[in-house]
Amino acid sequence: MAANDATVAAPPRVGIRLPVGGAALSRGAVTLWLTVIVLIPLAAVVEHSLQDGIGEFWEAIAEPEAIAAIRLTLVSSLIVVAINATMGTLIAWVLVRDEFRGKSIVNSLIDLPFALPTIVAGLTLLALYGPKSPIGANVAYTKVAIVLALLFVTLPFVVRAVQPVLIEVDREMEEAAASLGASRARIFRSILIPNLTPAIVAGCALAFARAIGEYGSLVLITGNIPFDTQVASVYIFGRIESDAPASAAAVSVFLLVLSVAVLFALDLVVKWSRRHARG
Amino acid sequence: MRAASGIQRYGLRFVALGYLAALLMVPVTIVLFRTFEDGLGPPLEAIASPDGQHAFWLTLVCVGIAVPLNTIFGVTAALVLVRHEFRGKAILNTIVDLPFAISPVVIGLALLLVYGRNGWVGQDLIDAGIQVIFSTPGMVLATIFVSLPFVVRETMPVLQEIGDEQEQAASTLGASGWQTFWRITLPSIRWGVAYGIVLATARALGEYGAVSVVAGRISGQTETLPLFVENEFTNFNLAGAYAAAIVLALLALAVLLGMNLLKRKEREA
Repeated sequence: MAANDATVAAPPRVGIRLPVGGAALSRGAVTLWLTVIVLIPLAAVVEHSLQDGIGEFWEAIAEPEAIAAIRLTLVSSLIVVAINATMGTLIAWVLVRDEFRGKSIVNSLIDLPFALPTIVAGLTLLALYGPKSPIGANVAYTKVAIVLALLFVTLPFVVRAVQPVLIEVDREMEEAAASLGASRARIFRSILIPNLTPAIVAGCALAFARAIGEYGSLVLITGNIPFDTQVASVYIFGRIESDAPASAAAVSVFLLVLSVAVLFALDLVVKWSRRHARG
Repeated sequence: MRAASGIQRYGLRFVALGYLAALLMVPVTIVLFRTFEDGLGPPLEAIASPDGQHAFWLTLVCVGIAVPLNTIFGVTAALVLVRHEFRGKAILNTIVDLPFAISPVVIGLALLLVYGRNGWVGQDLIDAGIQVIFSTPGMVLATIFVSLPFVVRETMPVLQEIGDEQEQAASTLGASGWQTFWRITLPSIRWGVAYGIVLATARALGEYGAVSVVAGRISGQTETLPLFVENEFTNFNLAGAYAAAIVLALLALAVLLGMNLLKRKEREA
């Protein structure tokens, strides 16, 4: 459908004439690039997962090893999202409302998990929480390691979503509440939390989508033990290696649908909160 | 009035910084320490080994192709999505975000199912003498896929903000599309574009999952730096793994510094 849109003539509209010989051409080029790079490969995954019929598709997902991997992925992602919602908000609060030396350095460090390659993230966590842990906290090859790695790679999402909102929140509202005798807990509950909720939800949704697909940071640290520490992405990788692409594709489609659904829901939340804020 | 009393404030600060230290700062410091534990020799040796060298150059090739292509695509897509109204725009806008929502392993699988031996066009390409999977083209395609949204997403808000009055004025005064773009639009969006490029570069440099599926991991042939780290680690060559990790971490640090600089420039602009 998107491909057809490219051929629709540009509506006569006053505005910048795009380079590359006009609007229709650049629109077509963009659509073509997205189709070749993103859509065709994804279509191949969907096609492959369904090539032996919908029955085989469900069977591939219902395989005990797949079920265990999917369940572990969902549970650890939800735990990670819950921790992020709390710690991310708290860190954002400290970075916005608190003053201390070195704050700007700490602020830049928040982006480190986005900049650091995931495999290095895994290696890094292993240095402190692995077999050679200097503090004797060896959690390598356990479920705790999965949560740790996911916490590492998803750290920036909630912090970076909440920070700008916290800066914008009207301090006068809080001050008025305080002068009217509201306790700090009450101010937090009745003023800060309602204002921050859309941002926290947005950050959590992004973190969740990232967590259920995460692979690189988990490779070294989880040991990939089936029925124990094998997450969905690692399971898919194993299926590819053992030349079972149809089963890999089925679990892939499941993950794909889930993360797209989460991001779609996020879009609705963002639109809703914008309308809410305006009204 | 402060939002919290002294004790509460120190408590929160302590919890936040403690969490960040346990998750980020201490582990990174330990890796730095372990890398240079036995002096500069072992890490330098690992990096200078033929496989290490090759991994470094292959990483640069993937980034060098993927990022410029995604920059051209990103700026064009941002212009199309911000300045034009057309049917299917919302769909196009959603598709741009897809690479963020997809597991790297699934991206690798997707490329395998198109370009692999049993894929849609794989055999035809092999017959034509083009090997995509287990070879550089596949790794470049994977890198393009994962780093696709960054420039679009960082350029769009800037385009929205500057509006199109200046562009219209230039247009009215007889400037061609290209002239308007080079003289009016690009100078005003350059920091946004640069920020997107920095993010895309970081992602492209460090991509592991998608590349590892399509690379087949042949040492000295289809190994980028992140794959080299994993390979050295599983072969119990910790010095090599840490050394390559430090190279990647230093690049990440450069990216962080770049991000900070560009944010400041953007604010000044």
